[in-house]
Amino acid sequence: MYNGGKIITGLIIFVALATFPFYANFGKTVELPSELEAEPDEMHLGNIPLVNMRSEHMKLLDQWRDEVVRGGKRFIEYDGDEYEKSLQNGCLGCHEKQEFCTKCHTYAGVKPYCWSCHFAEGEEGLL
Amino acid sequence: MGMLFSLVAVIALAAIAFIGVKLGLLGLFGIILPYLAIIVFLAGFIMKVVKWGKSPVPFHIPTTCGQQKSLPWIKQNKLDNPSSTLGVIGRMALEILLFRSLFRNLKTDMKDGKVIYGSNKWLWLGSLAFHLSFFVVLVRHLRFFTEPVPGWVNMIDAVDGFMQMGVPHLLMTGVVLLAAGGYLFLRRVFNQQVRYISLAADYFPLFLIIGVALSGILMRYFIKVDIVKVKELTMGLATLNVSVPEGIGVIFFIHLFLISVLFAYFPFSKLMHLGGIFLSPTRNLVNNSREVRHVNPWNPEVHVHTYEEYEDEFRELMKEEGIPVEKE
Repeated sequence: MYNGGKIITGLIIFVALATFPFYANFGKTVELPSELEAEPDEMHLGNIPLVNMRSEHMKLLDQWRDEVVRGGKRFIEYDGDEYEKSLQNGCLGCHEKQEFCTKCHTYAGVKPYCWSCHFAEGEEGLL
Repeated sequence: MGMLFSLVAVIALAAIAFIGVKLGLLGLFGIILPYLAIIVFLAGFIMKVVKWGKSPVPFHIPTTCGQQKSLPWIKQNKLDNPSSTLGVIGRMALEILLFRSLFRNLKTDMKDGKVIYGSNKWLWLGSLAFHLSFFVVLVRHLRFFTEPVPGWVNMIDAVDGFMQMGVPHLLMTGVVLLAAGGYLFLRRVFNQQVRYISLAADYFPLFLIIGVALSGILMRYFIKVDIVKVKELTMGLATLNVSVPEGIGVIFFIHLFLISVLFAYFPFSKLMHLGGIFLSPTRNLVNNSREVRHVNPWNPEVHVHTYEEYEDEFRELMKEEGIPVEKE
């Protein structure tokens, strides 16, 4: 090989970069952030399909925002009760943020910008 | 012809993944093919580079795009005609990171029967946008192959999505990659000269990358998949502790299969310019051909009859004839 030293050095650097995930995780066992089990037809509050929640919740929140901010329709009625279409007072009224949002979001490396304005109970908000 | 063939090939690949997943071959598309692809990619890449390394460079052929190092009062163009290793490193860095030689791209045209040349920066801009965004997209995907996700990966994601458009937030590089890929394709269609020399081997990788980008964008914004399960699969691949969780949408397997094909195809295609650019003798040689003699490495040892030896042999005869000699 001509210029073997340089070429092999370059190849070693390349392979080291390309196989980064393999040695960075060598021997690790990864814990899942949550187990989500739902039947295909299971509904949350009557019309929110549970099975889609993990992949579709951002669409729902987006849709709620439009309905509340533009349409003024603030509540879902279910079983005679009213539920607020709200992240803070709706979802986080029952679910805990750490378990319900943060764990999976940290795991998947997705930082939603919900929390630039909204905040969970007990957190310091913008106010 | 090449265009149609490549388009059909990429669509067929996506269809294969679709049908395969519908038939329940999750292990094949989720585990076996990705592993095979990465093995073929690494082994093929190394073999190709080693093969190139074994080829001698018989001639000293750096392209000279500026004044060579000459007399002290003539200004040398150190980047375009480097005479030192440092200059070559500078030249290579600009070439690899900023595609400097494409910046020099000229368009030839006929105007009033005369040939004219004009600067044409679109190819430079399009390919730089394409490569850089593809690179950022690739690095961003480390969030699926690390746990916990390192801060710098999150930071790239935050910078990429700083427009904060929609949920999930729009990542600009994805859009730029698709747009630049589209430009590179349209260039092959509408530029007659480029179209004439374009082959299936040019269209296929382009369509494949566009297919990868398209399936990724569809998956992120439109046909959602359960990202936690996707990461369970990818982390399984990275930790060599494989499993295919139930309930990941078929679009993910199409995305993964197209990427697997891209990786496996890489070492045998024009995409090897990733390694090739580092080994381009027209770029990576020092232009010191007047200072240092470049010897063709395959030349056999030739015994040269030097003047000293010649004089030693004929000194007495030369003296007799009155020819001046250097050594008495």
